[in-house]
Amino acid sequence: MKIFDSSKEYQPVIGFEIHVQLATKSKMFSPAPNNPDEVRPNTNIDEIVTGQPGTLPVANREAIRLAAMVGLALNCQIDEWSKFDRKHYFYPDLPKGYQISQYDQPISKNGHLDIALSVIARSASDEAISSKGEIASAALAMTSKTKIKRIGITRAHLEEDAGKNIHPEGLSYSLVDYNRAGCPLLEIVTEPDLESGEECRVFLQELRNIIRYLGASDCDMEKGTMRCEPNISVRKPGETSLPKYKVEVKNINSFKFAEAAINYEIARQTEMLKEGKTPKQVTMGWDEKSSQTVEQRSKEEANDYRYFPEPDLPVLQFTKEYLDKLRAEMPELPAQKRARFLEEFNLPAADVENLINWKELANYFEQVVSEIDEWLEQEKGLDRNQLIKLVANWCLQDFSAALNKEFKNPLDSQVTAENFAELIKLIAQAKISGSAAKTVFKVMYEKGGEPLSIVDDLGLHQVSDELAIEEAIDKVIDQNQKAVTDFKAGEQKSFGFLVGQTMKELKGKGNPQIINEILKRKLS
Amino acid sequence: MRYEFLELTELRKLLDEKKVSSVELTKYFLARIKALDKNLNSFLTVTQEEAFKQAAAADDFIASPGENPLLCGIPYAAKDLFCSKGVRTTAASKILDNYIPPYDSTVIAKLKEQKAVLVGKTNMDQFAHGSSGETSGYGPSCNPWDTTRMPGGSSSGSTSAVAAGLVSFALATETGGSIRFPASVSGITGWKPTYGRVSRYGVIAMGSSLDSPGVMALSAKDAAHLAGVMAGRDEKDSTTGHHPVPGYAGQLNPDIKGLKIGIPKEYFIDGMEEGVKQKVMEAIEVLKGLGAELMDVSLPNTKYGSLVYAIICPSEVSSNLAKFDGIRYGHVTSAAKDLLQVYTKSRAEGFGDEAKRRILTGTYVLSAGYYDAYYKKAQKVRRLIINEFEEIFKKVDVLMCPSNPGVAQKLGHAADDPLFGYIVDQLHIPSSLAGLPAMAFPCGFSRPVDGDTPSMDGLPVGIQVIGPQFGEQKVFNVGYAYQQATDWHKKHPSLE
Repeated sequence: MKIFDSSKEYQPVIGFEIHVQLATKSKMFSPAPNNPDEVRPNTNIDEIVTGQPGTLPVANREAIRLAAMVGLALNCQIDEWSKFDRKHYFYPDLPKGYQISQYDQPISKNGHLDIALSVIARSASDEAISSKGEIASAALAMTSKTKIKRIGITRAHLEEDAGKNIHPEGLSYSLVDYNRAGCPLLEIVTEPDLESGEECRVFLQELRNIIRYLGASDCDMEKGTMRCEPNISVRKPGETSLPKYKVEVKNINSFKFAEAAINYEIARQTEMLKEGKTPKQVTMGWDEKSSQTVEQRSKEEANDYRYFPEPDLPVLQFTKEYLDKLRAEMPELPAQKRARFLEEFNLPAADVENLINWKELANYFEQVVSEIDEWLEQEKGLDRNQLIKLVANWCLQDFSAALNKEFKNPLDSQVTAENFAELIKLIAQAKISGSAAKTVFKVMYEKGGEPLSIVDDLGLHQVSDELAIEEAIDKVIDQNQKAVTDFKAGEQKSFGFLVGQTMKELKGKGNPQIINEILKRKLS
Repeated sequence: MRYEFLELTELRKLLDEKKVSSVELTKYFLARIKALDKNLNSFLTVTQEEAFKQAAAADDFIASPGENPLLCGIPYAAKDLFCSKGVRTTAASKILDNYIPPYDSTVIAKLKEQKAVLVGKTNMDQFAHGSSGETSGYGPSCNPWDTTRMPGGSSSGSTSAVAAGLVSFALATETGGSIRFPASVSGITGWKPTYGRVSRYGVIAMGSSLDSPGVMALSAKDAAHLAGVMAGRDEKDSTTGHHPVPGYAGQLNPDIKGLKIGIPKEYFIDGMEEGVKQKVMEAIEVLKGLGAELMDVSLPNTKYGSLVYAIICPSEVSSNLAKFDGIRYGHVTSAAKDLLQVYTKSRAEGFGDEAKRRILTGTYVLSAGYYDAYYKKAQKVRRLIINEFEEIFKKVDVLMCPSNPGVAQKLGHAADDPLFGYIVDQLHIPSSLAGLPAMAFPCGFSRPVDGDTPSMDGLPVGIQVIGPQFGEQKVFNVGYAYQQATDWHKKHPSLE
């Protein structure tokens, strides 16, 4: 996070318009199924979705509840009265010739989302500032710490999605698929409080986490259940008001691209401003291949949508009782979980972040930890922090990798939290070696089963019995006098050789630490 | 045996006693339609094959032991605004000339459940935009009392079909007079429900905050029976009320002693035909004779009704007609060179002039910069009109007044008189804006002032009763009481 000196620098001004497809069973105003994974066109439709004459919308209660939950989680004001409005325009993917949306009385407004950013602060020296107002990084003393930045949420409202137009190449016609038409969308608009690509990425991630934690949507940018359009402008040095233009960027389908596109735009616009030009108020599209934003065919004049209140739907009343009930049902949100994990588990921030970003894994992790904690009540003398770190490592590395390959949820895997915890215990007690653990885990993941039986079946018990190891070492020393001599003469490699031979003697099951200790002792 | 102009309970008795079968009854009415409708143009689609299938199924059900629903086996028609699954539904517009709905409107589904027999879809003003039936894309319907005259609109075909005895009842809708006005000029009983009493699901939308699906019937008693079947909460229509549906017919009470009837002075407009005024006053006197208490009342906000409607209705119409774009159903042009032309040409070719007028008006009224001044303001004045009715119903049980300042006009008159709709609608619009229930029924005859007419007595005169929201029972009771004491509703045109 950069702290700008607005009198001297070009300061980016960025806001978002985000559309989230809510995970309800049926569509926003009809009982037709809401399933973003349906590939057969025009399947999730009914007479209401295709705008047959005489049909009427019926509001989806669950969509309204999810919208209100998101509003509350974003610290928004939810007024008692809200309503739907008709927004008119003609396009083949809009069946009724109007979209049912919300205009002047959205469900939520005036909220905020706090994000944590690492701050780069300038040293006191002004000579470090070059003549163009840029920060000459080499001359600065940088300090890094985390700061909380508050991003304003202007509003969040409900509306129905449009269908999809498909333009087969080279043909004289286009096709329309209404599977997506009528799906419930939550449109979230932010204040233009963001100032860099990185901030935007962090913001989007936190927003996505909140929405996922509420079960409101899977927020998958690639699938299209979360779409975001940044509006970017840059303030000239000395400007205090909002710039008179803004550039909208479309076709962003990952957070990585969002960051790249925004940074690209900031650079492009800053260049133009430095040349004394004002960037055009246009819509740009992000081109992945060239990593650039490209001007899109601009729409003609701004549409007059002729909004008026939807006469087919009654107004919505959010009573105090209803909102209190939602607040009581609010699950632990990412910010709270993050704080709790940092405190309870003493894990490095990066590990916590990775767990927070994957709610199901975080929950699984906690289940394993609680198994471990139960065990620690009997087995005193072990380091809890060390064990937790072990759990985190295994969750974030081997387990994550396996799950991601199959796009699986931890709870859908064959590895129960109990068995996972068992495995960790075996490793902590040095009953199996690190590589044996990997083998056991692989079997657990592919076939399930308890770690102890797998270890027995595969004969992977690590030999930690000192007497047995000493016996093996004695034998190896006996049979490899030359190596012993070499080592005593300074040849470090020979030590490794002797360790290897000992391991061989123990059929690969020797506890490496103990082997090392005893061998060192014997050779000293 | 003649089956036309029999009350529903009479038909039920004949069917239950096996004196006639549903198939025979259906055959009878289809034959009448074939013989007489060429002069009336009531029907856009006659569903002969399907009707016989439904009749046969009804007969099977009647043959099985147990009680039969009131409407089981009884033929009826539906205004071509009600979507009927598998049966062409046009809203009398060329833009839907080939439209076959994939689903049933809730009301038709309810009638199917009762095993009533749908014999066809009736003519109407295109998309319900009109009061004479003449904006239909398929030619106007004619008044069975005098086929040179309009039966009224927009439910023109349903009205002429019932007035001519081609069916015993027909589904209709009212947005700003489209049930009450035609019922009045054609001598039948039309029930406009409280907005939200009957489901709009499957009724092609005109004015979403106004449309009330109702029925054209031969008597208040029949209307009460039909209300018991048609009314009720529909989960597919969020604007329907949760109010329970009483057995309206079972609770019909002709004893109106002490019932307070308000006579609103603003509804007796200047220029009302003398003959019509006379008949209306006579009818009110009949009710007084039955024990009702008459009270003169005033509803000053009445004068804003038509203006408010002229803003709100086209706005909602322009929005509701946006879906007719040639993309998914209905007429699509063959002359488009790009997407914009698909829209502009399909709509220009398919829509009639009145639809286009309302779309233009509505689009203008809703455009940026005008919404506050027009639509929003009109809705505020609407609230004043609603409040005024609420206040008056604290003092009176129902209101009664004329339903038309004259009798049926000649076909072609509406085109000559730009104020035609305005004049006719002002007696219905305020109560429509307030979502009130109402019923129009015949109270006599009067000779027309614009020419001749076959019958010596003249043409039917109608009167209307308006009740408070969800006050259907009171409305039916007044109509029933009147029809027990008089027999205007039993007069029918001779057509053969």
